Amino acid sequence: MQRALIAGVLVGILASYYGVFVVQRGLGFLGSGLAHAAFGGVALGILLEQEPLLIAVPFTILVAIGITYVKNNTNLAGDTTIGIFFSVSMALGIIFIFMKKQYTSDAFNYLFGSILAVSLTDVIAPALLILISILLSSFWKRWAYSSFDRELAQADRLPVQFDDYILSVLIAVTIVVSIKVVGIVLIAAFLVIPPATSRLINKSFSRMTVYSIVFGVSTAIAGLWISYYLDVPSGATIILLQALLFFVVMIIKKLNY
Amino acid sequence: MNAVEVKNLSLSYGDIKVLEDLNFSIPENAFVSIVGPNGAGKTTLMKILLGLIKVDLGEVKIFGKHPDEIDPQLIGYVPQIKTMDRNFPALAIELVASGLLRKWPWSVKGVDKENSIKALEMVKAEHLALRPITELSGGELQRVCLARSIVRNPKLVVLDEPATGIDAIGEADLYNLLEKYQQNSKATVLMITHDWHVAHHHSDFVLLLNRKQVSFGHPEEALSEQNLRTAFGHIGHEHKIRIN
Repeated sequence: MQRALIAGVLVGILASYYGVFVVQRGLGFLGSGLAHAAFGGVALGILLEQEPLLIAVPFTILVAIGITYVKNNTNLAGDTTIGIFFSVSMALGIIFIFMKKQYTSDAFNYLFGSILAVSLTDVIAPALLILISILLSSFWKRWAYSSFDRELAQADRLPVQFDDYILSVLIAVTIVVSIKVVGIVLIAAFLVIPPATSRLINKSFSRMTVYSIVFGVSTAIAGLWISYYLDVPSGATIILLQALLFFVVMIIKKLNY
Repeated sequence: MNAVEVKNLSLSYGDIKVLEDLNFSIPENAFVSIVGPNGAGKTTLMKILLGLIKVDLGEVKIFGKHPDEIDPQLIGYVPQIKTMDRNFPALAIELVASGLLRKWPWSVKGVDKENSIKALEMVKAEHLALRPITELSGGELQRVCLARSIVRNPKLVVLDEPATGIDAIGEADLYNLLEKYQQNSKATVLMITHDWHVAHHHSDFVLLLNRKQVSFGHPEEALSEQNLRTAFGHIGHEHKIRIN
């Protein structure tokens, strides 16, 4: 349980930090697409009898780069591009699981999240990603600038396309390292709900980021405790708690105006 | 040295010629309007000057340098409001400070805060500093954007249809502020507009464009009835009343 809690805090920080860009850029569907891409990677890992996360990370990064490349170099809308990669990865995942033949409970742990399945790797991976994110913290100002107005950022000579790739890759890795705690099916919501809640009550992007992390971490901790004592899936419990917080904040805000 | 120099500039997208053989020079400390109908290539030309689009043929120089080589700090850019995320959680002062820092500020403090407030004062918008941009009207937001562009003391201010989405009073206010700023700062102002009355009233020079360069010069000559007919196809009787 202790390990799961640490993992919960770490992925809570990551998802809520990168989630602010997902929400502000209207990339909710990207979270969903990358989560399904991660399923393809996890399934390949299960098929090859390797650590699924080690396969899922490069697999999902490749998909993230592919989505960003097609989006930046064609006239296709973002959701169309994501939809193509999403379906291909999911289809590959289904075939990989089918090829495994014998029943595997592993796939269910990845799909719905399981605190009992959290390993040492599931703690080390998000910790490393947080370290990388701290080293790249100056990117926050660039991503925020191009989120506000891409053309303005380009006119000021920011490498907007390069920054997009970095952001997509980091979101992809965040999704993969969050899978054990939240599950593939619900990871998109995990990326979106805390920043969306924070957006309701904040008028500046830096405060939105801070509050998003606070909401993400606190609901991850509370959700994991509840799921442990009630013996229900961790991912679903966290997401329900986050949704509850979202509606409570929304109602309180409505009543105050 | 000229602020902008364009020689034999042409640009095509596939078989479609977007701009054809433009030649003009804009001296420093001038107020210049680029006028033309929708689809005339005004915004494309502006993006070329900002270094956002590479040209096929010809030469473009900003203060004697290729647009890619120019220090972005020398150019203040006011994009169309519609390109911005107006739901972005930001205070007006943060938006202004982003013009100073060329990235989004985590917080605005010290000298950056002082300079941002000064820029807001120059456009009579200091009272908006702590207001979220989501709560600003089109005119207020455009004034904040103007403050954002001038906070870095640019030598060239480029505005893309600054009056879009603003009511008539806000529009008049904005042009007056802009003219005053240009006179005080000695910066060169380059404004895109489809409104030739505005261009005639405020500009030292006008470039009339419809993919090809129809005319360039002082407003009286550049916006002659004949030139306007060539650029717009029709001009209506209002032109004569206001210009002549």
